[in-house]
Amino acid sequence: MKIHIKNGRLVDPKNAVDTVQDVFIAAGKVVAIGTAPGDFHANRVIDANSLVVCPGFVDLSVRLREPGLEYKATLESEMNAAVAGGVTSFACPPDTDPPLDEPGLVEMLKHRAKNLNQANVYPIGALTQGLQGKRLTEMAELNDAGCVVFGQPDGLLPDLRVLMQAMNYAATFNFSVWLRPQEINLTNHGVAHDGEVATRLGLPTVPVCAETIALSNIILLAQETGVRVHICRVSSAEGIMMISAAKQQGLPITCDVTINHIHLSEMDIGFFDSNCHMMPPLRSANDREALRKGLFDGVIDAICSDHAPVDEDAKLLPFGQSEMGAMGVELLLPLTLKWGMEMNLPMIEILAKITYEPAQILGVAAGHLSVGSAADLCIFDPEYYWQVTPSAILSQGKNTPFLGMELPGGIRYTLVNGHVVYGKSV
Amino acid sequence: MINRNPQLNENGVLQHLLTTEGLPVSVLLQILDTAESFVGVTERDVKKIPLLRGKSIFNLFFESSTRTRTTFEIAAKRLSADVINLNVAVSAQTKGETLLDTVDNLSAMNADMFVVRHMQSGAAHLIANHVQSDIHVINAGDGRHAHPTQALLDMFTIRRYKRDFHNLRVAIIGDILHSRVARSQIHALTTLGVPEVRVIAPKTLLPRMVERLGVHIYHDMAKGLKNIDVLMMLRLQKERMQTANLPSFEEYFKYYGLTPEKLSLARPDAIVMHPGPMNRGVEIDSGVADGKQSVILPQVKFGIAVRMAVMSILAGNQA
Repeated sequence: MKIHIKNGRLVDPKNAVDTVQDVFIAAGKVVAIGTAPGDFHANRVIDANSLVVCPGFVDLSVRLREPGLEYKATLESEMNAAVAGGVTSFACPPDTDPPLDEPGLVEMLKHRAKNLNQANVYPIGALTQGLQGKRLTEMAELNDAGCVVFGQPDGLLPDLRVLMQAMNYAATFNFSVWLRPQEINLTNHGVAHDGEVATRLGLPTVPVCAETIALSNIILLAQETGVRVHICRVSSAEGIMMISAAKQQGLPITCDVTINHIHLSEMDIGFFDSNCHMMPPLRSANDREALRKGLFDGVIDAICSDHAPVDEDAKLLPFGQSEMGAMGVELLLPLTLKWGMEMNLPMIEILAKITYEPAQILGVAAGHLSVGSAADLCIFDPEYYWQVTPSAILSQGKNTPFLGMELPGGIRYTLVNGHVVYGKSV
Repeated sequence: MINRNPQLNENGVLQHLLTTEGLPVSVLLQILDTAESFVGVTERDVKKIPLLRGKSIFNLFFESSTRTRTTFEIAAKRLSADVINLNVAVSAQTKGETLLDTVDNLSAMNADMFVVRHMQSGAAHLIANHVQSDIHVINAGDGRHAHPTQALLDMFTIRRYKRDFHNLRVAIIGDILHSRVARSQIHALTTLGVPEVRVIAPKTLLPRMVERLGVHIYHDMAKGLKNIDVLMMLRLQKERMQTANLPSFEEYFKYYGLTPEKLSLARPDAIVMHPGPMNRGVEIDSGVADGKQSVILPQVKFGIAVRMAVMSILAGNQA
């Protein structure tokens, strides 16, 4: 299959490209940019006039809910949702049932995902067995099975001795460790930011110090062990300052933020909207401003969707009993664009946060469009606004605080390995 | 997204009573004035009026309660409604039925009104958003969030004894952090124009940024009680020792328990209130609870009139 994408505005952050240029694809790879190779005869021509052509998006956290939690979502539904959102590569957290702590489970997931022939799935291996925080997993074996990084993504940090050993062991093989900083002893049954709204609504809280104390431990242990650390889902202004200081010291630390936290605050909980029940909690308006600025300044490297489809019944409960999380893989581009436009950033800098930067963090050869690289790309209309409604979302989870809102960015085509895996005519 | 205050309908008329927060002064006064007319009823020989004849009121208590449930039941019966008491804590929910399934089932039995108590903040809002528009919901306490009828009966009591809200200093004393009563009292007091509301408690019993609710924070009873007209005591739960909020009842009583000596620091005509049930010797000394400044028993009596008022206003059968 040879594809010629013509007249599109090619935006490739890694190669500092933002011009109208044609892209030529053959045998799953980009074979030329600008002018066609001599013997090129396209089977298909895609007219991308007035559309942006860019690397497919790389999302650092998409929950597929497989194995074990298929009532919330399935591999098929969420893989469809991902490509509908222009996402061609993503990391999936190990918080499945059972957790991704054995090579067999990882191989099965990779195999099933591969058969669907859609986005590239990169499972995050469990750092400890059963995510229990007691014993190390077989990281090298898991790596052979397809895990590229290791983590304890739902904030269940092991005790400090086990964490240090896990970091040391991961550093042996040069694996990076992904952690969401949250001290469990300060979290307890907390469901909201320890601020004005939780005080008003009488909700149990997660204080900022639950994040900063955990962060402080992680940073000191990163220094001690030399492991590469990725901080998942920073949520507070204080947390950003600590990460900024650690980066200035030269520590190999990166971090991400979710699409929700750069647009919403505790105020959006309103009258107990359970779609705003997420972890880390939506924090104050000041924290949100610091996250937006941290992303702008580059202290925060990437934006992720933290996609967590939840079935409707699990959200139709009192706030504190409702299941946490928001779907978001289809909102990654729209909410990233919205942030970038509000910050007056050029397209190339906006898209870096969901293409090349997260690809670097994940350590995979994705997120750019060079001659010879895999033809994973996305074609979208930046001027197109659409309303977030349950029927407009392909994910099995319809749980998002953005329901009803109009957002920019309409995906027209998504290609993985040179195949059109999503196409939408206007 | 839910933007409108869910307890008022499109015309700003009270549809449910979920919280005192955001209620207009006019609605609060309407409830208090209506309650005045019912106080007499409760003192008559024949204590029934036919305002809610034929209406079904479901007392839906997911958390055990004797006093509040009983006063709602009495209030409903005095208005001639049919009252059905459901102690859900030991029935459907333990069989795995969800909160909204329970509500749907009872709605199918032609309920006109639900009186709901639940251990989770926001439960009453969830139910109010779910039921058909002709069903009314009264929040009888949700988690730490709100207990509006308690706050309204407290306002009624204050007005009875102090006449005017606009020249009062009120102190709320005790476990503000875990108290739905305190939150509802604060919103009611500030809305009714009380110029100074204080909270007095150790830091472990105060929620973050509580000053944003419009109160002044005190940690010392001697300072906090100075010039106070109304003292609103809160119940202290035993669990607070286990959750490391406090070291012991004894130390709490010594520093924050209301004794005749501490009461003497307030204005000489100050009144003392308590939502009950009291822990004598923990948050309040018997000498105060039974003393001449205590209005704790009148509070209970007014509670019935206030709940009658809320029910009759919601049912659209205002006297």
